[in-house]
Formats: sequence, C-alpha cells, structure tokens
Amino acid sequence: MTRPHFFLSSCVGALISASFLASGAFAAELELLLVIKNHRFEPAELKVPAGQRVKLVVHNQDSTAEEFESHDLNREKIVPPGAKASIFIGPLKAGRYTFFGEYNEATAKGVVISE
Amino acid sequence: MFATAIIVFRETLEAALFVGIMAAATRGLTGRSRWLTAGVLVGGIGAMALAAGAEHISALADGVGQDLVNAGILGVALAMLAWHCVWVSNQGAQIAAEVRSLGTSFKQGQRAPWALMIVVALSVLREGAETVLFVAGYASGSGSTGTLIGAFAGVLCGSAMGALIYLGLSRVPVQRMFAVTNTLILLLAASIASQLARALSQAGLISAWGQPLWDTSALLRVDSPMGTLAHALVGYEAQPTGLQLAFYAVAIFALVSGSRWVRRTHTRRRAAVALRIPAGV
Repeated sequence: MTRPHFFLSSCVGALISASFLASGAFAAELELLLVIKNHRFEPAELKVPAGQRVKLVVHNQDSTAEEFESHDLNREKIVPPGAKASIFIGPLKAGRYTFFGEYNEATAKGVVISE
Repeated sequence: MFATAIIVFRETLEAALFVGIMAAATRGLTGRSRWLTAGVLVGGIGAMALAAGAEHISALADGVGQDLVNAGILGVALAMLAWHCVWVSNQGAQIAAEVRSLGTSFKQGQRAPWALMIVVALSVLREGAETVLFVAGYASGSGSTGTLIGAFAGVLCGSAMGALIYLGLSRVPVQRMFAVTNTLILLLAASIASQLARALSQAGLISAWGQPLWDTSALLRVDSPMGTLAHALVGYEAQPTGLQLAFYAVAIFALVSGSRWVRRTHTRRRAAVALRIPAGV
C-alpha cells in the first residue's frame, strides 16, 4: 500500500526537480531588450558578459521594417514594423562588436561590448 | 531613392543569379521557360504572402519564428540542389557525352526540371519577402515615389545581373557547360548550407562553433560590390563561424561523393548491359 505512494511521490519529485532544472537553464540565459525607434537603436551600447550566450530581443517600434545586421556577430535578421524578434548571440570573447540597421545605416548604429 | 535602389539590388541579386544559373543549367530542355517563369511567379506570390504574415511569423516560437521559416526554406532548397547535383546532373552529362560522340543536336528532352523550379521559387520567395517588407514600409510615407522608383531600379539592375550570367554561361560550349553549371550549382548549395548554419545558431538551436574563425574584411568587405557578388555566388563571408564552415565543407563533400557514386554505379550497369551480364553481379 505504501509502494504506489512511494512511486507517485518520486515521480512528482522528479517532475519538480526537472522543471526547476529547466527554469534554471532559462533563468541563466541573459535576455536584453533592444528598441528600434526613429531609425535608431536604444540603447546604442549593450554590455554583455563574455563567454555567455545572450538573447537579444529586438523591438521595432517604427512603422517601417528594419534589418538588424552585424558582420562582427555574424547575425542578420529582419524585424517587421511593430514586431519583436529574438536573436541569440555568443558566447562571445571580450571585445567590441558593432551592429547596424541595414535599412537606415546612417542613423541605426550600435555596439555590443562583451567583458 | 539611391539608397533604396542599392538595398533592393542587394536583395534581388542573389535570386536573380540563381535564376540565371538555373536557366543555363536547363538549356535544351523542352518548355523550360515555362518552368522557370512558373517558379519565379510562385515564389513572388509566396513572397507577398510571407511579407504580409511577417509580423505574426516573427513572434512565433518565442521570437525566432522567422529563423525557423528561413531554415525550412533553406533546408528544402538544399535538398533540391543535392538531388539535382547527385542524380539529374549525371543524366545531363551523359546526354552531353552522346552529343559529342554522335554529333546530334543538343536536346535534354522532356523531363520536368521540377527540382530546379522549386529551388527558383524558394530563392525568389526568401529574397522577395525581404524586399517586399522593406519597400512596403518606406513606400507608404512621404517620398514614396522616390522609394518606388529606387526599388524598381534595384530590381531591374539585379535582374540584369541574372541575365548577364545567363548570357555568359550560354557562350560556354555545350560539352563543357554541364561541368560549369554543375560547379556553380554545387557552390550555391554549399552557400545555402552555410546560411542554414547561421539561421540555426541565430535561433539558438545550435550554439556550438559560433565564433568567427577569421576576418578577411580588410581584404574584401562583404558589403562591397565584389563582396556582395562573391557572397551571392559562392557564399563568401568575411567572418565565417566554425559551424558555417563545417556546413559548407560537408555539403561539398556529400554532393561530390554522392554524385561520383551515382556515376560509378551507372557506368558499371551500362558496361554490364553491353556485355549482356545481369547488372549487379
């Protein structure tokens, strides 16, 4: 009679620890918000820890599309007007990584500083 | 207006070169213009649909929906090019060899180049959707006429490059044409594999080998005119990651060895038939 209970509780325990592990894995991942407004990036300077994967969430608040592009980061992604798009970068070595908006290169400029 | 033309030109170039090379590769095939036109039209309609749904797609899968769609398009295109390189190109080479030995007129026959048509459609779909998305936003505000003129000029110049490569390839003698177009298609396939690698690491699905291995931007910037052309034709990257390089190399190795293997079994079978020995002995 105690056996099924034991089995059940160990199942529940496994589930709980698994979900903790999973949420722990997500929590460990740094998420940074980058806003595009008036064809500019805000903030234009992003500091990220070196050697760690980072999730950039790019929110385009303009009424036109923008292409987030970075030769240094090896990334290229269109962000439709009003949309949010995620871009995973890194793990990066310490250094400066420039990025720009391909559709508005004159104004949309920024840099990721990894340290 | 000028800036618009350059951006649209860049987006159009890759698809236009694709169509030009595919047109050359299907030379002598009955009804190939119909196939190619269908490919471009289907891709164009798809591009508008994709652009219309872009905001929705972007939000999917926690913000990486677009990368997943791109990866899907690139994956199917890669499969189609692999199919062409491994099986179809061998048939073409055989026909060219017969032309040489028999002196008959060059005709590839009736077979439908559906794999290449799908590739053309997918290429137009991917590049077209970005162009539509870009132009749609800037053509609605002030200075819309300038944007539209610029976009039109960009598409025109891009298509002209596609026509140019087609005309250049048409001057290659039939005997050598398959070797040339097959090499070009092989490099396009490898380039697609490298773009697929980027889409996957951008979406966070693969995080291994994400560091650029070297930086040749001092020699050839990827956004310079020559760099853009090299990127579109052979997949040039100034700062390729290890993953991209691995995908590129594996694609070339797999397609070349696959194609050789098919050719070898074909010749063996033909020799067996000539000697009246059952094939496979």
